Amino acid sequence: MSLNEEKLLQMYTTMVKIREFESKVQEFFAAGKIPGFVHLYIGEEAVATGTCAVLRPADYITSTHRGHGHLIAKGGDLKKMMAELFGKKTGYCKGKGGSMHIADVDLGILGANGIVGGGGPIANGAALAAQYRGTDQVAVCFFGDGASNQGTTQEAMNLASAWKLPVVFVNENNGYGISCPTCKSMAVADIADRAAAYDMPGVVVDGNDVVAVYEAVAEAVDRARKGNGPSLIECKTYRWCGHFEGDACTYRDEEELRTWKAKDPLARFREKLMDQGILTEDRDRKIRETIAQELQEAVRFAEESPLPAPEEVLEDVYA
Amino acid sequence: MPTKTYLQAINEALRQEMERDSNVFIMGEDVGPFGGCFGVTKGLYEQFGEKRVKDTPITESAIIGAATGAAAAGLRPVCEIMFVDFIGVALDQLFNQAAKMRYMFGGKAKIPMVLRTPQGAGIGAAAQHSQSLEAWFAHVPGLKVAMPATPYDAKGLLVTAIRDDNPVVFLEHKLLYGLEGEVPDELYSVPFGKAEVRRSGKDVTVVATAKMVHTALEAAEVLAKDGISAEVIDPRTLVPFDTATVVESVKKTHGLVVVHEAVKHAGFGAEIAAQVAEMAFDYLDGPIVRVAAPFTPVPFSPPLEQAFLPDVNDIVAAVRKIRG
Repeated sequence: MSLNEEKLLQMYTTMVKIREFESKVQEFFAAGKIPGFVHLYIGEEAVATGTCAVLRPADYITSTHRGHGHLIAKGGDLKKMMAELFGKKTGYCKGKGGSMHIADVDLGILGANGIVGGGGPIANGAALAAQYRGTDQVAVCFFGDGASNQGTTQEAMNLASAWKLPVVFVNENNGYGISCPTCKSMAVADIADRAAAYDMPGVVVDGNDVVAVYEAVAEAVDRARKGNGPSLIECKTYRWCGHFEGDACTYRDEEELRTWKAKDPLARFREKLMDQGILTEDRDRKIRETIAQELQEAVRFAEESPLPAPEEVLEDVYA
Repeated sequence: MPTKTYLQAINEALRQEMERDSNVFIMGEDVGPFGGCFGVTKGLYEQFGEKRVKDTPITESAIIGAATGAAAAGLRPVCEIMFVDFIGVALDQLFNQAAKMRYMFGGKAKIPMVLRTPQGAGIGAAAQHSQSLEAWFAHVPGLKVAMPATPYDAKGLLVTAIRDDNPVVFLEHKLLYGLEGEVPDELYSVPFGKAEVRRSGKDVTVVATAKMVHTALEAAEVLAKDGISAEVIDPRTLVPFDTATVVESVKKTHGLVVVHEAVKHAGFGAEIAAQVAEMAFDYLDGPIVRVAAPFTPVPFSPPLEQAFLPDVNDIVAAVRKIRG
C-alpha cells in the first residue's frame, strides 16, 4: 500500500478542497443564500479522502446527509455541487435534491441520503450488481455512528457477509448522533466490534489520519475485489460544527472541541508532508490558490445560474 | 388459447423475461428451491440457478435496498415480499429510496425494479397477513402500482412491469392464484394506464380492482336479472390510472360505484370518486357510492373475515341505492 508523492499530494489537495468548500458553504448559509439546511463535514476530511483515494471511478459509494466531503473525494464537480446547494437548475439534481441528495451515478455516487441508515442496503445492491456481472467493482457505504444503530445497517452487513458482496462499510464515528453522544446511544466502545457478529474484519482506525484510513480501506477493498466479502472500518473522528448549521451545540463543551481541533486532520497531514519534504510552503500556496480559484468559479457558476422554472416541478418523477 | 392459473401466468412471465434478458433476476425470502411461499417461483431456481434466483435472509429492508441499488447499477431485479403486510419494515427503502431516487437526482437515475407481493384476505391469515395496501403505494410519487385481476393480465402486466424503468409495486391477490383463464404461451405485454371494460353496461359504472372485479361481475349478473345494466371497469393499474375510461363510462351511465377490498377510509376508491366528481360531476344522477371493507384490521375467525370482505350483496345493494 505504498503511497507515492503524487498520490499523497492529491489526497492533501482533496482535503483542502473539502475544507474550503465547506467553509464557503458555511459562509453562504449564514448569509441566507442556501435554502433548507446543511450538515458540514469540517474535521472529518480524512475519512472521505483516505477512502475514496483507494477507489476507481467505476466503484460505487453511498453517502450520508453529511455528504459533501464524500462527493468531492469521489470526484464530484464543485460547480454542480454548489449550484445544487443554491437550488439552481444547473445543479447536480436540477435543484430537486439539495445538499442531502446530491448524486452522480456516472461517478458511482449513488446519492447522499437524508435518511440515517438508508445507504447500506443500496450499497449492497450496487455490490450485488458487480458480483452478478463478474466485474471487480466495489461499493463503499459511508455511515455515521448514529446509522450504525439502525436495523438497516445491521441487515446490510449480514446480507453482505452472507453473500460475500464486495462492500466496505466505512463508519465515520464523529462522536454524536445529532446531540446524543455515542456513550449514551450504544453500550460498546467500538462500533468495529460488531463486525464479529457477521464474521467480517472489523478494524478501528484513527479517522483523523488520512494515511491510516487509506491503508485500512485499501486492505478491505482488496479483499472485496478478490471476492472475499465485506469489511467494517470504524474511523474515529470528530464533527467540528454542529449537527446542522445553526445548531447551538449546547450539548457539548468547548474543551472537547478544542481537544479535537488540536488533532485537525488537515493540519496534521500538512505537517507530515512538510516534514517529509513532499509539501513546501510554495507548493501549498499554489494548491490553495488553485482551489480558491476553482471555488470562486463554482460560486460564480452557482450565483449566475438560473433557478428552475416552476413547471420543472413535474419533471423526472418517472423515467 | 391454453388455459393457465394466475399463479402459472406470473411464473411464466418471470421465466420468459429471465430467458429474454440476463439482467433480470429474482430475490426474496424462500423464492429458491422452496419455490416461494405460494409457489409462484417454482422451477425457476432449477432452471436459472442460485445466481439468478436468490434466497435472502428475512430482512425486507435489505431486500428492497439491494433491489434498488442493483437497479441503479443497471440490473432489473424482481423482488418478492412474502406478504404485503411485511412491507412496513422496509418502507424507507421503498418510499424514500427507490421511489425518489430519480427525482432527487434530477432525472439521472433509473430504478427498473419490480416488487411482487401478495395481498388480500380470505384465507384466515388474520390482520398481519391479509391487508390490501394499494393506497399506500399509490400515494407515493415515483412508484407505479399494478393490480392484475386475471391470469392474462397477470402475465402481461408483469412483463410490462419488468421492462419498465421505474419501481413497480405488483400486487397479486392470494385468492386469485388458483384462478384459471386463457394465457398465450408466447410473451406479450399489457400496457399500464389502460383500464379494461370487463362488461359493458348503460345504467351504472362499477369500478373494481383485483379480486373484487370478479365479485362485481357476479353482482352485475344479479342486477341484470332486475333489468339493471352495469358496466364493470377494471383499472388494472392504479398508477398510472386510466381516468379517461372511467369518466367516459360515467358520462354514459350517469352513476358510479367503486369497489375494493381495502378498507374504505382513505382507500383508493376515494381517489377514484374524487376524480370523477371533479371531472364528471354534472353527469352524475346521484352520489358516488363506495363499497369497501370496514375500518378495522382484518379479523381471523371465518364469519368475521367474511363480514369484513365486501361481497356480491354489498355491490348489488350499492347499485340499487343509486338505481333504486
